[in-house]
Amino acid sequence: MIDVLYFAWLRERTGLAEERIALPAGTTTVADLIEMLAARHAAAFANRQTIRCAVNQEFADPSVVLHPGDEVAFFPPVTGG
Amino acid sequence: MARIVVGTEDFDVGAEIAALTAGRTDIGGIGCFVGTVRDTAPGAPEVSALTLEHYPAMTQKALAGIVAEAERRWPLLGCTVVHRVGRMLPGENIVLVLAASAHRQAALDATAFLIDWLKTKAPFWKREDRADGSSGWVEAREADDAAAARWAKA
Repeated sequence: MIDVLYFAWLRERTGLAEERIALPAGTTTVADLIEMLAARHAAAFANRQTIRCAVNQEFADPSVVLHPGDEVAFFPPVTGG
Repeated sequence: MARIVVGTEDFDVGAEIAALTAGRTDIGGIGCFVGTVRDTAPGAPEVSALTLEHYPAMTQKALAGIVAEAERRWPLLGCTVVHRVGRMLPGENIVLVLAASAHRQAALDATAFLIDWLKTKAPFWKREDRADGSSGWVEAREADDAAAARWAKA
């Protein structure tokens, strides 16, 4: 299992702050996870160019491989400061 | 050495500078950036309030990483980053960056670096409420990416 967190408009469009996802057998990358989540939350993942990801609180590329227990967060480009 | 604070409370710039320099006689200059809520955006309705959301588990880590990078690049003698979250009104403080060094160039450059990187690498998001009753998430600006990119090392 992994914990998936959503922030800003991704939280609003999924209607969830977080959810637990079972990883399928075999290797799962961030890109694979995005495909899985897009099937559940079509509106939230419609424009993937504007979605950023962090794995265990570090920015992560789509190629990063996920492991059980990881905390994966999806959010728009940051706008602090 | 660095002081990093994220919370809903406002900050006092003078008090933060005093805390940074207390008991120090080696500091020659302090760079200071204060970001505040403004009510105007080009071609858009007036902003009546800003709400800052963040990713608490990642924020502290990201800010500490940005400060550590500044400390690698410049001979800093002290550093303070305060970032507010929650709802703020126009005119209120959002963010404070202080960088102290023996000489002004390092202090000023490190201050600019810290705020440029913070704006593009720390997990904060702004939502604005507008005077016309609408609201929405602020979009990232290419100008901010360009500002951060100028600090890229060859």
